[in-house]
Amino acid sequence: MVSQSNDRADTAKNALNDEKPLLQIRNVTKKFGDFTAVNNVDLDIHSGELFCLLGGSGCGKSTLLRMLAGFETPTSGQILIESKDMSGVPPYQRPTNMMFQSYALFPHMSVEKNIAFGLQQDGINRSEIKDRTQNMLKLVELQGYEKRRPGQLSGGQRQRVALARALVKEPKLLLLDEPLGALDKKLREQTQFELMNIQYKVGVTFVVVTHDQEEAMVLSDRIAVMDKGAFIQIGSPTEIYEFPKNRFVANFIGSANIFEGRVIENTSKSLKITTDLGEVELKQSSTLTVGSTVYLGIRPEKISIDKDASSKKQDFTTSGVVEDIGYLGNTSRYKVRLDQGTLVDVTAQNHLRPQNRSHAFSWEENVSLHWDASNVMLLTS
Amino acid sequence: MNDSAFPSDLAPKALANTSVLDRLQERWKTIVIVLPFVWLLVFFLAPFFIVAKISLAELEISSPPFTAMIEWVDGTIVTIRLVFDNFIYIFEDPLYSKTYLNSIKIAFISTLLALLLGYPISYGIVRSNPVTKQLLLFAIILPFWTSFLLRVYAWMGLLADQGTINNLLISLGLIETPLRMLYTEFAVYVGIVYTYLPFMILPLYANMEKLDVTLNEAAADLGSGPINTFFKITLPLTMPGVIAGALLVFIPATGEYVIPDLLGGGNVQMIGRQLYNEFARNIDWPVAAAVAIVLLLILVLPMAIYQYYQGRAAERI
Amino acid sequence: MTQSRSSFLSIMLFLGFAFLYVPMILLVIYSFNHSKLVPVWGGWSTRWYKVLFESPEVWDAVRLSLQIAVVNATVATMLGTFAGLAMVRFGRFRARTLFGGMLVAPLVMPEVITGLSLLVFFISLKDLFGWPAERGFITITIAHITFSLAYVAVIVQARLTGIGETLEEAAADLGAKPFKVMTSITLPRLAPGMLAGWLLAFTLSLDDLVIASFVTGPGANTLPILIFSRIRLGLRPDINALATIIILFVAVLVAIAAYIMFRQQKRELLDQQMAQSGGD
Repeated sequence: MVSQSNDRADTAKNALNDEKPLLQIRNVTKKFGDFTAVNNVDLDIHSGELFCLLGGSGCGKSTLLRMLAGFETPTSGQILIESKDMSGVPPYQRPTNMMFQSYALFPHMSVEKNIAFGLQQDGINRSEIKDRTQNMLKLVELQGYEKRRPGQLSGGQRQRVALARALVKEPKLLLLDEPLGALDKKLREQTQFELMNIQYKVGVTFVVVTHDQEEAMVLSDRIAVMDKGAFIQIGSPTEIYEFPKNRFVANFIGSANIFEGRVIENTSKSLKITTDLGEVELKQSSTLTVGSTVYLGIRPEKISIDKDASSKKQDFTTSGVVEDIGYLGNTSRYKVRLDQGTLVDVTAQNHLRPQNRSHAFSWEENVSLHWDASNVMLLTS
Repeated sequence: MNDSAFPSDLAPKALANTSVLDRLQERWKTIVIVLPFVWLLVFFLAPFFIVAKISLAELEISSPPFTAMIEWVDGTIVTIRLVFDNFIYIFEDPLYSKTYLNSIKIAFISTLLALLLGYPISYGIVRSNPVTKQLLLFAIILPFWTSFLLRVYAWMGLLADQGTINNLLISLGLIETPLRMLYTEFAVYVGIVYTYLPFMILPLYANMEKLDVTLNEAAADLGSGPINTFFKITLPLTMPGVIAGALLVFIPATGEYVIPDLLGGGNVQMIGRQLYNEFARNIDWPVAAAVAIVLLLILVLPMAIYQYYQGRAAERI
Repeated sequence: MTQSRSSFLSIMLFLGFAFLYVPMILLVIYSFNHSKLVPVWGGWSTRWYKVLFESPEVWDAVRLSLQIAVVNATVATMLGTFAGLAMVRFGRFRARTLFGGMLVAPLVMPEVITGLSLLVFFISLKDLFGWPAERGFITITIAHITFSLAYVAVIVQARLTGIGETLEEAAADLGAKPFKVMTSITLPRLAPGMLAGWLLAFTLSLDDLVIASFVTGPGANTLPILIFSRIRLGLRPDINALATIIILFVAVLVAIAAYIMFRQQKRELLDQQMAQSGGD
């Protein structure tokens, strides 16, 4: 598979080759009565990775995380950390720590005591506890807040105390359950980068559960997209976004215009597919047989929109009428009704202010759309 | 009917007609406050002042059997007589101080026993599944609705020399002669714990119900075993419930009359019983009133603590 | 997410409920004992029920107790609801602290003190105004209302806080005057709380021994006073029979109340679900 993965993903990939995985999840299934929360899941996570479990509510991502922490027992399968089987090991003896979605800070203890709690359980001497607590406070930039109670902190500060409390024990694996879920949008975006920096500094392996695709994209080295208790696709953010395996992933991460098509020719190097919009030739090898049904996806931002059909030379051109315009500031989103009837989403950058744009589009205007065949995503189901 | 200048459907109704009912509607807020307020002033607060007054009077063989505090001559006050003899009498007579101390001791030990029993029960209820939880809670409240007196009576049948427990123990061959249980301090403890247990459990339950389970998980995650988690997290966080429950048992238990009378017989002296006897048998009202005032003073502190915690709980809502 | 109970907690629950219920179960069983000695089993019999029903004293006491309980519950519910409304909905008013204090004090006041103070109060009243001429129904009822209204007020306050003010504000916004808001919004929403308050006041009155003993006069025996005078001297099988009837009576009452509350809860839950599914 072609991949333009970024540096972070590369380092993770390299680690993948030479080391034994830190965390091994082997055919893990969890059932609650008749309901299967996690269905036969298999995964390796390597030391130093920032791994995201991404999915909607009820997809089983939190249950999987709770099994890693030891709060739930797998119905079947095995969880190994540093090749040690974790079955029967209670949460308080596991080399993992968790940052809870609600933070679960102890309301009757000060910030300092909250952070020190985990170290006290290990019988570490006082001066070392003090040092390590102070270091953590410095790391999360909360010096001077030692004596405050959780109730006297803002949401963002509480989030950082929770992170410090989970990190101070230097766990092999840090589990984060919707770490930014309780913060407002602005703070969340800022904290995403802080979280990445902290992970880079401490070098602890992170497993993050989130339902927010943007958060997963920004944070992760690798993402596992989950649905109905199973992994749909695992890969780097780029792989997941640019090469989604199927319609679910294509729609869950970003949005996509999807067309149904049929394979009409399969040479070893290329694939010819016919759709309502005409024929498309994809330069990739595939095992698909002639005659089988496939889906083609194209992201809205990868379609260029123009008043004039001949202005650009791209692999694919079609035309339609602008039916709706959503002005988002930096971009505009157009809903274009193609001549043969399909409605297509197109996103265009607003390089210029509208009044300066000689070529601004308006409702009911005839436009032409172009895209490159290399941007077409082949979706198997 | 409608003689205002407005069209009938737009006219403010209060202007449109002024029946008695409407005037009542205008004043209803005053009525709603005044009725219960006056009732409590007359039948709750005023009686206390009378008790306080009597406690400062002297015993007199008359009806009512005490001297007047204020004597009236030709409409002007002549003398105000305050007699502290009753209080001095109570403090000097070892019978009273011993009885007060004994009441406090019995109430304290009973409260402790009720806590030791009630705490795990509340915790067990909180940790049950939702349907069981409702049922168990209901089962805790149910005895509270049945007769208090009969619940105490039930223990008379169990603890008597010829009672169910002794009969059982003898038939099992564990003892030969009946154990003396009824009319001892032990019976009073059992009676208080039995009848006041719901008062311990309900505030504890209300407090534990709000407890966030993830805090326990967080503690476990940070390496704390179950027992350590209980003492470091659960117990400190349920302290408000413990205090509320303890006070709800301790306060009424200190002044308890029925239980020491029925289960303690003449062998267990508690101040509620002493007060009743002083009043009904000795007909010494001034001393009875003084005994009541002292009891109230003893209980003012726990009552104030209870009020404080209730107030704090209300603020949190 | 609930954690499961440990076996220690399950054992404690079992022991706790055994402790609460075994004495009462035994009380009921021994009411069917033929023997005159309560704890000595002499075969099944209903003779003590017959003894009980043939005693005119018992019937008089039951009648008096029920009369007091009904009047008490009704007046206390009215006054307690007023008091609850005043505390929760009227904001700040003069002497609110004193009022609040007097509403809580009867809940924690030792019964002997309440009883004693009301008795000396009634006697003083009689000296001053010649009323109440004799103590009995009227004095016991007044005494019961005084502490019952505090219990009703607690329930009403909790319910009022629970249902919030949004609906009332909405009604006011739509042009309803305060009195109309009260009668058409607040009181209907408060009805379950008032019913619970009435039942509680009713049972408290039936249950009270100490306060009634203080404020009653010669000849006016409520049921608890009668029972107490009999059991002070020891176990009596006819009292077991009486206890069985009372437990049954209370169980039926509580079952009705529980059913009503359960239905109310279920309706509110259904309403919520409907609102949620409609909102999605």
